[in-house]
Amino acid sequence: MLVLGIETSCDETGAAVVEDGRKIRSNVLLSQVEQHAKFGGVVPELAARSHLEGILHVTGAALREAGVSLKEIGLVAATCGPGLIGGLLVGLSFAKALALGSSKPFCGVNHLEAHIYANFLAHPDLAPPLLCLTVSGGHTDLVYMEDHGKYRILGRTRDDAAGEAFDKVARVLGLGYPGGPYLEKAARQGKPGSPLIRTDSLAGTYDFSFSGLKTAVINRVHRYRQKNQELPVADLAATFQQQVVTILLERTFRAVDELGIKTVLLSGGVAANGELRKGFAREAAAREVRFFCPPLELCTDNAAMVAAAGYFHFQKSGPSPLDLPAFPRLSWKLQE
Amino acid sequence: MEGRVEREGSLRVRVAGPQETEELGFFLGQILPPGTFLFLSGELGSGKTLFTRGLSRGLESDELATSPSFALLHKYEGRLPLYHLDLYRLSRPEETAVLGLEEILDEEAVVAVEWGEVARHLFPGDYLEIRFAYGEKEDEREIVFLPHGEPYRLLLKELAEKCGF
Repeated sequence: MLVLGIETSCDETGAAVVEDGRKIRSNVLLSQVEQHAKFGGVVPELAARSHLEGILHVTGAALREAGVSLKEIGLVAATCGPGLIGGLLVGLSFAKALALGSSKPFCGVNHLEAHIYANFLAHPDLAPPLLCLTVSGGHTDLVYMEDHGKYRILGRTRDDAAGEAFDKVARVLGLGYPGGPYLEKAARQGKPGSPLIRTDSLAGTYDFSFSGLKTAVINRVHRYRQKNQELPVADLAATFQQQVVTILLERTFRAVDELGIKTVLLSGGVAANGELRKGFAREAAAREVRFFCPPLELCTDNAAMVAAAGYFHFQKSGPSPLDLPAFPRLSWKLQE
Repeated sequence: MEGRVEREGSLRVRVAGPQETEELGFFLGQILPPGTFLFLSGELGSGKTLFTRGLSRGLESDELATSPSFALLHKYEGRLPLYHLDLYRLSRPEETAVLGLEEILDEEAVVAVEWGEVARHLFPGDYLEIRFAYGEKEDEREIVFLPHGEPYRLLLKELAEKCGF
């Protein structure tokens, strides 16, 4: 079955065609289309956010690149939350109208669930039960997936998301934006020093907190400035990165041990971080647990993962009603 | 924490650490009336989101507030709805169109905006400005409440009494 997926929950306007929930036939983002066409390499932020102007364009491109017509599509899937209500409504309404007008079934998808399914696109033999850590600019969620459509959130951030902390610390250290890749690059030149924070206030839970780490970096920066000393940017970056990775690994692999998990996944934009990947690979190998991580282009927001999640949802629970609302804050209970 | 009322009804509070920042937000959250607009300013790490978490507790929200930097906007249900905005990622006033702030301002809700300079053209006439700054000691913060409009002067009086300043 060919599934058309639509993603508009945050910055990206995306459309994709995926076969049987596993094989990507096309995966288009407006930011890339615009880059190649209209704006000669520069993406105005405003254009990237105007889902309404882009959605028809992106959907057309996704069908063309897949070499299929709308007639051959068996299901239309769209993100229904969480996200910004304005963007969600554009994608959701568009997908419903397209499904209704072309007599196809429609399926609403949880964005966080879609991040997990990014891994199903890259690894054909992957199957639940599994544990997934989704880390991005907006999310830090440790989720146990017992079966398709059956999830339990074990932990999430109490303040800043991991990717957000990377971005903000990069800014404080005068590195570029988005901060993740720049901070990782700087950290490679440095050596991790003494920990920024010595006590883990959430020890024993599966929750995360990164705001205190961010403030600790800022405090160190202030101290160097007060003493008129040169900022050891690379060392601070390395120290910060090491501590974030340590916390992410501790929570995830404690859950692996306590729940007897055999398959562990990473997803979300921060999954692009080399140290985090290495740490996951090392800890998984030590336990003889299978570890999967999507390729970089599937780590960040995209519509192929929405199509994949929609496919498995549809197989299990059938179509969503056409009056399905957008859920700016979506619990994992959706469509169980 | 220590605080004192200053000229034109503004309130200056010194908190010793993160817990007191959250507690101050909690006290304010408990007395906020519907239709409140809070403009939170200050450097990274100065306590804006933590203060808003206190607000969410004071408003009996269904979840404790977390950073909306990426999502731009989080909404919580409670004694009053709480809209927590963070416009850190926006750089131009036109980009605020995606937020639907005009509609939100029509609701009987509490709106707390971080990094809101870019949306100044959408602020209501009356609002409460809250400035966060690093103190002399590392964990210390100075939090200054500046009322814009009579209702907010009265609100600050009530807050000062509640905190025992």
